[in-house]
Amino acid sequence: MSFQLTEEQESLRRTVQKFAEKEIAPIAAEAEEKAEFHREIFEKLADIGLLGIACPEEYGGAGLDYSTYIVVVEEIAKHCLATAVGLGVQNLPQIMIDRFGTKEQKEKYLSPLSSGKKLGAFALTEPGAGSDASSLKTSAVRDGDGYVLNGTKVFITHGGVADIYLVMAKTQPEKGAHGISSFIVEDGTPGFSFGKVEKKMGLRASPTREIIFEDCRIPRESLVGKEGDGFKIAMIALDSGRITIGAAAVGVAQAALNEAVKYAKQREQFGQPIASFQGIQFMLADMATSIRAARNLVREAAYLKDSGQAFSHVAAMAKLYATDTAMKVTTDAVQIFGGYGYMQDYPVERLMRAAKVTQIVEGTNQIQRMVIARNLLK
Amino acid sequence: MKIIVLVKQVPDTETKVQVKPGEKAISTDGVTFVINPYDEYAIEEALRIKEAKGGDVTLISAGWDKAAEALRTGLAMGADKAVHLNDPAFLGGDAHSTAVALAKAIKKMEYDLILCGKQAIDYDNHQVGVRVAELLGIPHVAVVTKLELQDGKAVAHREVEGGSEIVETPLPAVITAQKGLNEPRYASLKGIMQAKKKPLEAKKPADVDAAPNEVGQAGAKTTVLTMTMPPERAAGRVVEGEPEDAAKQVVKLLREEAKVI
Repeated sequence: MSFQLTEEQESLRRTVQKFAEKEIAPIAAEAEEKAEFHREIFEKLADIGLLGIACPEEYGGAGLDYSTYIVVVEEIAKHCLATAVGLGVQNLPQIMIDRFGTKEQKEKYLSPLSSGKKLGAFALTEPGAGSDASSLKTSAVRDGDGYVLNGTKVFITHGGVADIYLVMAKTQPEKGAHGISSFIVEDGTPGFSFGKVEKKMGLRASPTREIIFEDCRIPRESLVGKEGDGFKIAMIALDSGRITIGAAAVGVAQAALNEAVKYAKQREQFGQPIASFQGIQFMLADMATSIRAARNLVREAAYLKDSGQAFSHVAAMAKLYATDTAMKVTTDAVQIFGGYGYMQDYPVERLMRAAKVTQIVEGTNQIQRMVIARNLLK
Repeated sequence: MKIIVLVKQVPDTETKVQVKPGEKAISTDGVTFVINPYDEYAIEEALRIKEAKGGDVTLISAGWDKAAEALRTGLAMGADKAVHLNDPAFLGGDAHSTAVALAKAIKKMEYDLILCGKQAIDYDNHQVGVRVAELLGIPHVAVVTKLELQDGKAVAHREVEGGSEIVETPLPAVITAQKGLNEPRYASLKGIMQAKKKPLEAKKPADVDAAPNEVGQAGAKTTVLTMTMPPERAAGRVVEGEPEDAAKQVVKLLREEAKVI
């Protein structure tokens, strides 16, 4: 593992930076305020091949590693967390179907997902099953040559706009976590509908919605992996997702630092730029230091995953540290901006609201600490 | 159709330019370098012509080692190969000696069309493309916003004061690109991965039959004597008092101090 990006990664980073500055930045603030989802951004991302980064080449992806993928996520998150999270949500079903799916499932779903023709989503959380994911209640009952789904999932990113949902449901409720199975459900399947669209504090340009199954019949070929593998599949998906959220949080934090540095040099009080005050300098120094540490931790987690080593605990550390860093850094950035920082005319309050959700999604930071501690004490 | 695109690597448009005292060029510390934006239009146009009519696109640049990054980016956009005039002898030149180096290299290549930006956004000379055409003895059309190719000729729309001029020229010719010609594409992920495998050939003066004293700084017809930052804008002055008196005072200052009226 090198501390430097490869020539291709740097070239990709510059391209994505340019793309994000030209295509995403001009609409990000308004999309966030009005809670508008911009499907065309995902089409543009697809045009340059960014929706299938980790998908194998034979299914239209680029077949690249996570170390390269996180470079893209961070650059996009600097301008719009919702888009970066969307990229992650598009990626998750691809790597899960690639790893656990049948040849038929790969052929049917991977190309549409990697090319962005279809949007993907991941459905695990339920009203009563958040951190305690294995307590989920959605049921999948074998019926003839298929399954019948019943239940409600909440907080589903891209719920209602996605076409392909990876859904966790209980096939054997008495077996707890081992009774969970994973299914692909397509939009438009009878009995599959959408409920409440959530009104959120941040991440508003990304729709979060309730999805509902009422006697929703799906064919047997919808099962991903074996019956009872669902929880394992979900946890593996979350391990990867944590690296994504870590990278996105680094992007949010870096954007806040960039804004804070720029503002501190311009803003004058007591006849001098506020950047000349040690109180401000120390805050900026601490922000920069933790961002760098967070980025390296995220990159190490990606490296471990790419090289086939155990990475769950490091992914948890990366997610925990990067998102706590994002929260601290964005809060301090608002502080440096003072009263203006609290106003929507400046970008840092949006970054602060964005940072908060990164501490919660893909496993709360309390869950991350449990994962880390469990690894230490096993 | 064989198309050559002249490419220059320049500081990013958002660079805060700095000149160190006594230096005759801008400081490159911490500066991000990109493809000259007008050259991007040229690359995009070349790629569109290639996609419509077939052929290949070769990029050529004279510049330091780092200029290879700009060529790789152009290859990632879809160009087929690149030539990098990379030798200390090529550096420090002006529009003339740079055009000489490029023209000498191009003479050894096959081409039906040469495209480049109308100007580079660093020194803003607007000269190299036109000079290359003169040195090669072929026509040029500059500041082009629309280009149509027909058998052996090109019809180019160019911006002129207050309107546009439509020019027909036989090929080969040099066309310099103006904003509006097209909307350059982003390099795709696949393009970036393929760019590494595409040929990027480095050439020395001897490879292009150039004597070291006719290119770069030695071949330049102009000399930069000094380079300085523009003076910082002085703070404005507020004239206080009743509007009527203040206005009189402002007029007096404009006439007597600023001497602008």
